[in-house]
Amino acid sequence: MTISKQKNGNALTMAVAGRLDTITSPELEAALKDEFEGLGTLIFDFSALDYISSAGLRVLLAAQKQMNKQGEMKVTGVSEVIMEIFEVTGFTDILTIE
Amino acid sequence: MKELTVFAGVDRLGQVTEFVNGVLEEADCPMKALMQIDLAVEELFVNIASYAYRERPEGGEAVIRAGIEDGLVTIVFEDGGVPFDPTAKEDPDRTASAEEREIGGLGIFLTKKIMDDISYEYRNGRNVLTVTKRI
Repeated sequence: MTISKQKNGNALTMAVAGRLDTITSPELEAALKDEFEGLGTLIFDFSALDYISSAGLRVLLAAQKQMNKQGEMKVTGVSEVIMEIFEVTGFTDILTIE
Repeated sequence: MKELTVFAGVDRLGQVTEFVNGVLEEADCPMKALMQIDLAVEELFVNIASYAYRERPEGGEAVIRAGIEDGLVTIVFEDGGVPFDPTAKEDPDRTASAEEREIGGLGIFLTKKIMDDISYEYRNGRNVLTVTKRI
């Protein structure tokens, strides 16, 4: 997994590529942790994400809960296979997917 | 069926996934099914690695068997840890809002949705979990 961050005012785009699994999810969680202060918009770019497991979903859920308190969160570039995981778990109702 | 015996630790996930993928690739498993089966394998193995030997500081082993016959993928997970039936776990509420959502329980739920069948047995002091999927 690789993470690239791009900050634009109080908006942050995190492009996550590769596999978001049990091994790599803590890295994303750690990368996010210090970014929430003063953040208005959090955007996840999943264009190059190949795989997500429940460990990755947990990080997304925690981020969504945090952003509900302080701004908004969007998920972009979701592929068909990842979308299926979101649908099966009801995450399509929780996340804002564009 | 091919068999892998591995220390039940989260850091062995790559080895387990590789083993199962090796079996599936020999049978020309389609990419989408491969990714879905990867997901079930991760959820089930991580479950064993996280909980089965929690009461034993030295940990323990997991045995994974995988095979395909007439387009039916069968994967068996076996461990000698505490008896635990993941199929008995209640499904999470998929209609709950982000605030009401519990963090746990999604892994087994995903596995149930992805695989065609999941069955649990406690046999000779061992947890035996079998999942199947037609590809």
